[in-house]
Amino acid sequence: MLKIAVIGSRETVMGFKALGLDAVPAANAEEALAAFKRLTRDSDNYAIIYVEETYAKALSAEIDKFKDSPTPAIILIPGREGSLGLGQSALQAAVERAVGSDIL
Amino acid sequence: MPKTAITPTRMVLNQQKTRLKMATRGHKLLKDKRDELMRQFFEVVRKNRELRTRVEEGLTEAFSALSVASAIMSPEMLEQAILYPRQSVELQMSFKNVMSVNVPVYDFKTKTADTGDIYPYGFAQTSGELDDALGTLSRVFEDMLELAQVEKTMQLMAQEIEKTRRRVNALEYVMIPECQENIKYISMKLEENDRSSKVRLMKVKDMVLEKAHNFKY
Repeated sequence: MLKIAVIGSRETVMGFKALGLDAVPAANAEEALAAFKRLTRDSDNYAIIYVEETYAKALSAEIDKFKDSPTPAIILIPGREGSLGLGQSALQAAVERAVGSDIL
Repeated sequence: MPKTAITPTRMVLNQQKTRLKMATRGHKLLKDKRDELMRQFFEVVRKNRELRTRVEEGLTEAFSALSVASAIMSPEMLEQAILYPRQSVELQMSFKNVMSVNVPVYDFKTKTADTGDIYPYGFAQTSGELDDALGTLSRVFEDMLELAQVEKTMQLMAQEIEKTRRRVNALEYVMIPECQENIKYISMKLEENDRSSKVRLMKVKDMVLEKAHNFKY
């Protein structure tokens, strides 16, 4: 059975815990990185990992590793401070990759 | 002159001709594949953009409600209230083949089917804002799941398009011109050989005639 994990600050993941997702609180970027590595090591268990945008920059190298594999799906979600627009830029990166230039 | 050394024989010429035919066919097929992938890709992109805005809006709303709840309740109480979730989500994943790209399809089951049954605490000691926050969050979660599916699909398709595009370009600008050049080179060489052997034969004939009958032009 596959699971879904959420990595983010304590306040962010708290709500998701109530929904029955695996909440992984991380106080800073290093903790997030360690948690992310731990979760992806057994990637058979986690199909989706939601990562708070605030930590996305520190994790970007790790996240890129999973871009081409079908699992897990790594999705950026906005944190408490609102959207940083990183999710949108991921979309733009995909378009640029496919088309060869940014047409959006 | 072709870039690589090829022997100008009829056999190699035939080989090159079949290769050219194959390359042209492959090029056409791959181009069609790329075009169709592109069309579907943009549909996915459009959907992704829509979902992302919806999720981001929903999450902001849920988080602000949660902030209010945490302001009203003490941190310990809040922690305690959601410490043991009643709900658990189980995810089933299958794969769908879209233009030879395997994209994931998620299907999730919650332990309790009733959406009103997500609150892991009694209502007596918690604030109403927490209920609102969790309610919003659980609604957003369905969109989030779809977003995950769409976004992964988009990434995988982007990769496939890139690959196909490279193949199309390699065929169009490298393989096919090379083959054409080779064919031209070989056929010219063969014609040249033909001519030279004809000239040689004529020369030999002249020499034989001269020897036998002292014939001279």
